Amino acid sequence: MTAQFLKQREPNCELEIAGEAFVCDPSGCLYWPEQNCMIVSDLHLEKGSSLAAKGRLIPPYDTGETLSRLQLRLDYWQPKVVISLGDSFHDADAATRIPSEYHSQLEAMIKGRDWIWIRGNHDPKAPGNFSGEDAIELTIGAITFRHEPQSGSSTGEIAGHLHPAAKIKRRGRSVRRRCFVGDGTRLIMPSFGTFTGGLNIRHKAFDGMFSEENLHAWVMGQNSVFQIHARQLVS
Amino acid sequence: MNQKLHTGPEAIENTFTLPDQFDNWFAGKGWQPRAHQLELLSRLQNNESSLLIAPTGAGKTLAGFLPSLIEIASRPKRKPGGAHRSIHTLYISPLKALAVDIERNLAMPVEEMGLATKIETRTGDTPAHKRQRQKLAPPDILLTTPEQLSLLIAAKDCERFFDGLEIVIFDELHSLVTSKRGHLLSLALARLRTFRPNLRTIGLSATVATPSELCQWLVAQGPDGEVHESSLIEVTGGAKPNITILKSENRIPWAGHSARYAMKDVYHAIQDHKTTLLFVNTRSQAELLFQELWRINDDTLPIALHHGSLDVSQRRRVEQAMSDNALRAVVATSTLDLGIDWSDVDLVIHVGAPKGASRLAQRIGRSNHRMDEPSKAILIPANRFEVLECQAALDANYLGSQDTPPLIDGGLDVLAQHVLGSACAKPFDEDKLYAEIITAAPYASLSRENFDKVLDFVATGGYALRTYDQYAKLRKTEDGTWRVTHPRVAQQYRLNAGTIVEFPKLDVRMTRQRFGKGNNARGPMRGGMMLGRIEEGFVEALAPGDTFRFAGKVLRFEGIRESICYVSNAADTDPKIPSYAGGKFPLSTFLAEQVRAMLANPESWKRLPEQVREWLEIQKVKSILPKQDELLVETFPRADKFYMMLYPFEGRMAHQTLGMLLTRRLERAHARPLGFMATDYALGIWGLRDFGHMFKSGELSLSRLLDEDMLGDDLDAWLDESFLLKRTFRQCATIAGLIEQRFPGKEKSGRQMTVSSDLIYDVLRTHQPDHILLMATKEDAARGLLDVQRLGDLLSRIKTRIVHKNLEQISPLAVPVMMEIGKESIAGEAQDALLAEAAEELLR
Repeated sequence: MTAQFLKQREPNCELEIAGEAFVCDPSGCLYWPEQNCMIVSDLHLEKGSSLAAKGRLIPPYDTGETLSRLQLRLDYWQPKVVISLGDSFHDADAATRIPSEYHSQLEAMIKGRDWIWIRGNHDPKAPGNFSGEDAIELTIGAITFRHEPQSGSSTGEIAGHLHPAAKIKRRGRSVRRRCFVGDGTRLIMPSFGTFTGGLNIRHKAFDGMFSEENLHAWVMGQNSVFQIHARQLVS
Repeated sequence: MNQKLHTGPEAIENTFTLPDQFDNWFAGKGWQPRAHQLELLSRLQNNESSLLIAPTGAGKTLAGFLPSLIEIASRPKRKPGGAHRSIHTLYISPLKALAVDIERNLAMPVEEMGLATKIETRTGDTPAHKRQRQKLAPPDILLTTPEQLSLLIAAKDCERFFDGLEIVIFDELHSLVTSKRGHLLSLALARLRTFRPNLRTIGLSATVATPSELCQWLVAQGPDGEVHESSLIEVTGGAKPNITILKSENRIPWAGHSARYAMKDVYHAIQDHKTTLLFVNTRSQAELLFQELWRINDDTLPIALHHGSLDVSQRRRVEQAMSDNALRAVVATSTLDLGIDWSDVDLVIHVGAPKGASRLAQRIGRSNHRMDEPSKAILIPANRFEVLECQAALDANYLGSQDTPPLIDGGLDVLAQHVLGSACAKPFDEDKLYAEIITAAPYASLSRENFDKVLDFVATGGYALRTYDQYAKLRKTEDGTWRVTHPRVAQQYRLNAGTIVEFPKLDVRMTRQRFGKGNNARGPMRGGMMLGRIEEGFVEALAPGDTFRFAGKVLRFEGIRESICYVSNAADTDPKIPSYAGGKFPLSTFLAEQVRAMLANPESWKRLPEQVREWLEIQKVKSILPKQDELLVETFPRADKFYMMLYPFEGRMAHQTLGMLLTRRLERAHARPLGFMATDYALGIWGLRDFGHMFKSGELSLSRLLDEDMLGDDLDAWLDESFLLKRTFRQCATIAGLIEQRFPGKEKSGRQMTVSSDLIYDVLRTHQPDHILLMATKEDAARGLLDVQRLGDLLSRIKTRIVHKNLEQISPLAVPVMMEIGKESIAGEAQDALLAEAAEELLR
């Protein structure tokens, strides 16, 4: 076995959608400097307890973990506006089931900000017991935020839902990580929730959404984002 | 209590007499029962459990079944229409194929003696209607596997099924006990003893280093640490094997594992014998050797290939051809290690180093399956270090040394599976269950505290944050027993029962369809012949168009659809992807010691081939040959880097762990290490600063660097960030029933229903580092993957015995290690490096 060591890199990566400039970070958050807006997708809060109720007793620490990572990103970007891009809660009861300490923790994050809950398929209703605004989708300038990406091409759309993951193969090994995926006209965000998996962007669910030529994945490494062109991505 | 028996052709007179039926049968064959067969019989009739250790060919199987056959024959006949009798004897084999083989072998004596004994197998392949029938009308002797036994004892009516059980026979016990399957089996045995307190057990085993461990395994251990052992019957003797090391005219390579240089010699040996078994250590070696032999097979001798990844039907065809004496040679891996009986093998060739003296003895035992004739074997070292190892193994085999690994404590993940299974059978009392479990030898030292933790884990997940009590799988009821809360729990258990995790594998099938490189077309692929099964991890790293060796062919990878890997015949003769993982044994501690002793003693070099002797002579002149207990450390510059070579001879896993820990320390000391390479014999580290100079100037101290304290905080810190533990965790979590067994190709549909074990691992590590599954994972990794014990022994052995030699250039001993560098893939820690490389291509 041979091991090599790595040099340091810049953590974040800039990208452009429909002419607007954004920054993506290695935790899976997107930041829009011009609007002082942070976007996060697919938190899936209370996924652990949701599965436990079905007989899979996986650890109950996911909500706490997701929230503390979210807090770190809020401290880092200091956004005025936060958009949670749908599937913020894993099931319809999750917002009411959430332990009270996490409820107050999340409320404290919302306070003093414009916080927008975009509806998702897992949380078709806005969480009534939390502050923030409820929206099916939201348009700011040239950019439209919605949970499920529209099929075909769509200019200026930022969506979540698909939990994109990219896989590369090099030197007889493969690496698979969560990623942002986009072609300059639209972007699909990675899932932020602790217990969320990823779907390879070569899966047919992504068919026809991007121009292959301009397609890039912004792949989340340990401490930095790596921009990788489509030709290197495999199924 | 121990009996050492020397059996030759003439059996020892025993006062004991067999029933007429049996006596006549032996006489009719012109045989006499052998002494150990009678001895075992009298032990059993004396209500003792017993371990029989005998070499292959000693009539072990018949000995094991004789007590049962006699007892069953003497039972009064069942009245027509009367109640069915329960099974009398349970036979457990590690392999399905072995159970089937035994059924065939027992059929002959049973038929010839006219016994009415009913013998049946029950394996994963047994159809549902037959299983059902077996429960209603059980056979007298049931031949089965550990997994099936676990399922049987988790069934609701199981106590009745076993209520006439008298004897349990464990075949190949030495191979069963060293694994997690063995742990699960020991717990099942403890349950059977609860049903039948006077149950007798028989263990059949090849020679092992410490028989007393197996004797303990067979019987109930006392509650306060009292050790109990079964009786032991050991058959020694048999003819000494005739083993030689190949003396080839050709040059023995410095490094590598192919043994290509010796192909002509191997082929001539096959020509000179009736049937040859060729053993290798890895499947890739088997594939390579098979192809090389056919390349020079001018006489088109029937030479076949046999390894665990091949399709079952293909393996069965080879086995059948083998027992029909239709083959001249079979190239095989450890799948043929266990005692399936084949007839006319007159030569065993072992390619590559044997890695352990016991393993070698077992494999050599395969030739001339009659213990009175000497077996004949040739060892073929693939490189120069292997020459040393082969010579050491050869000396050891003559000395009759044994180096089977010591038994380890039972895993907590396995225990969790058993606890849930117990509740599925019927509600249990926790005190009684604990008392039962600690009678099983692997769990004799299980603390009540850990048992309670496991029980809590099974019931509610065992989380400090008690939010799951409402979703409990087991709940304590008013009568004080634990019950499953929902029938679904038992269903889930049965799907998972007996699971001792395998790495996911994909079917390999031929196809005609061709895709270009990078083509991701999603059309259906037409499936052709099934070639076998291959590890998912290997296939995942292939790109369409890559070629690799499998099933005796060079194949071109076409793509994966669902759980099938499609391939076509490749035009190339040399595959692009060199090998795939699987079946690699570390050098045994015992052999390592022999090799070190040999290096230290030039007298012993006389037995080595001249070119190897020269290699060592030059090493002695240019550098140092360490004394037996010394550790040699060499430092030298090469190209633009500096190297440090250590020669501990402690096996690859221990070296790998040492490499990880040493590079951490070197980094802290600003020695700027860049990477390392571990082989079975040595560890090489390279970096940007002159290590030799740093040692000389006192800036870096070798004894500080290699201090035992690295196994404390440094190890913990490394374990915490190591990718290795994630894989181990996945196994533990699956065995313990926290996550479902992954089936390749199926996971995509379940994206929202499941959570990957890596994510669970990360979360647990942060929030509850003392969780029972993390404990189980660390224990597993420490002894299996990392060989921490062995590394610890090494560090304490060499404490004041480190010899440093600073060199101007590479030493002869270092050459083989240097040649391995760069050949192998990089470790998981470097995944980000691959991403960075891919990202850099954007800039080109």
